[in-house]
Amino acid sequence: MIDGTSAFLEGVVRTATPLAFAALGETVTERSGIINIGLEGSIIAGALGAVVGAGYGGVWAGFAFAAVCGCAVAAIFALFAVTLRADQIISGTAVTLLALGGTGTLYRILYGSAGAALNTPTLDPMPIPLLSRTPVVGRALFVQPSITYVLYVLVPVVMWWTYRTHAGLGLRAIGENPAAAIAAGIRAKKVQFLAVLFGGLLGGISGGTLVLAQAGTFVEGMSAGRGFIAIAIVVLGRWNPLGAALAALLFGAASALQFFFQATGSNLPYQLFLAFPYVLTLVALAATHGRTNSPAALGRQDFEQS
Amino acid sequence: MTETMAFVVDMLVHATPLVITGLAVALAFRAGVWNIGADGQFIAGATAAAWVGVSAPAGIGWLALIIALIAGVVAGAIWAAIAAWLRSRFGVLEVISTIMLNFIATYGASFLVRGPLQEPTHVYPQTSGIVSGAHMPILLDGTRLHWGFVIAVALAVIAWWVMKYSATGFRVRASGVNPFAARSAGLIDVSRVTAFAFVASGAIAGMAGAIEVSGVTFALYENISPGYGYTAIAVALLAGLNPLGVIGTGILFGALETAAGAMQRNIGIPSTTASVIEAIVILAVIAIAQLRADRVTTSA
Repeated sequence: MIDGTSAFLEGVVRTATPLAFAALGETVTERSGIINIGLEGSIIAGALGAVVGAGYGGVWAGFAFAAVCGCAVAAIFALFAVTLRADQIISGTAVTLLALGGTGTLYRILYGSAGAALNTPTLDPMPIPLLSRTPVVGRALFVQPSITYVLYVLVPVVMWWTYRTHAGLGLRAIGENPAAAIAAGIRAKKVQFLAVLFGGLLGGISGGTLVLAQAGTFVEGMSAGRGFIAIAIVVLGRWNPLGAALAALLFGAASALQFFFQATGSNLPYQLFLAFPYVLTLVALAATHGRTNSPAALGRQDFEQS
Repeated sequence: MTETMAFVVDMLVHATPLVITGLAVALAFRAGVWNIGADGQFIAGATAAAWVGVSAPAGIGWLALIIALIAGVVAGAIWAAIAAWLRSRFGVLEVISTIMLNFIATYGASFLVRGPLQEPTHVYPQTSGIVSGAHMPILLDGTRLHWGFVIAVALAVIAWWVMKYSATGFRVRASGVNPFAARSAGLIDVSRVTAFAFVASGAIAGMAGAIEVSGVTFALYENISPGYGYTAIAVALLAGLNPLGVIGTGILFGALETAAGAMQRNIGIPSTTASVIEAIVILAVIAIAQLRADRVTTSA
């Protein structure tokens, strides 16, 4: 039973990692008042980028290229949503469609029309001395691929940056009261553009994690709605970086249940477990009703331009 | 049948679900509802229609078709109503909820065709064939073109008339253009109107699913929708959310998908290219609209 629990917790952290990366980036994006529904596109582009990059220069080149690809997709979104001030929902949906179709097309062009399984090197779990021997959660938290540890560092850094730096204050000001922020001399469009790019960068790493720390291969549509779940996680985490990381763990648990029940030989239909994270998203969004503190200007496109 | 004729038939068969789901999306968007869930509503409609079509007694004849279509409409409406309820009661952004419901519908259909609704031999992940009474009549003898296409066009014309000339249409448009003004005018219960438009949108998408099952597939499969609900967004936007325009853009995208399929078979261009083109169309439309709006404001 101890082994089962430990394996389950390990699975929770493993499945939460890509969600947390994406949600952390989207938290910063949304703090600037922009909601990037195209995040899913950055994740799938990151996944394909990871395969290509890893093929050239190994795992870390894979992550670097994943980040670049995620950023590139986000740049397309930013061009429409920030520069042109087009509707964010429509722009984001189009960018997702573009990236899902584009990655499928590119993958078939690069690796053959059958989409033959292409295996990439993956990160091995890297135990952290001493910490990994912590009872119960030690293995789950500290015997993970090294990219997970990057996340452990990134969450507090983003937290500190958002709440304790001048630039972070500017970012939040635009999301709350763009007119006042612009009057105070903040270049709203530039900050929003960069915030979207940062979200895309982490979205790309999220996709890279799926390939380079988990699947070891690219499958069309493998992002499987994680971008949208990440957006829900941002709401659950109340637009707070630490909150996003914790909410990602909750969803990691929902997904990991699947492996847990498979391992215990349960004969419940597997589709039930596949659908569970999406059901949980709906329930969680409904449950947090009225207790959120979203940036006041989130999703708006009608304010004075700088 | 000539090759051109075959292409036209294929194009119209492909266009049918696109026109109807495009109509569903256009109606919702007009009311200010971001229904990204036409795909899930389509699957819900297809599932309900297949269930009726499989279990209907052969004796009732064409009544099976009518009941199957109604079942599809109701199922699509219910699937949309979940998101509408989550929005009005809990303020859940429908962009997220409808996408979640798309995934839930996909896995739900997958469960049904591998479980309770699977064909008796339990070999294929699909239902049995629907009874012949539930088949949509063929429009053009000797082809696959069925009456669903006529229904699609008729629906578009009706939707156009309702939107343009009826009081309901006015309320829907007013709620979409400026919900605050519509509310302050005191004549329009905006939340009721948007909920109505949301559910009506789902009902139409559900009908598209029912028509696909009764006219084309005659059974429920695991991936009954190759993403019609997402293509529908491009169809609706390119038509400028005009129901009559949806007929044209739906046929255009039907042609695109038929051509994409043919290109994949003949010269190996991946069929996923179609969604890339769709996305570029959406982006081009919003860029043009946005640049034009900018010019108006700067020249004013």
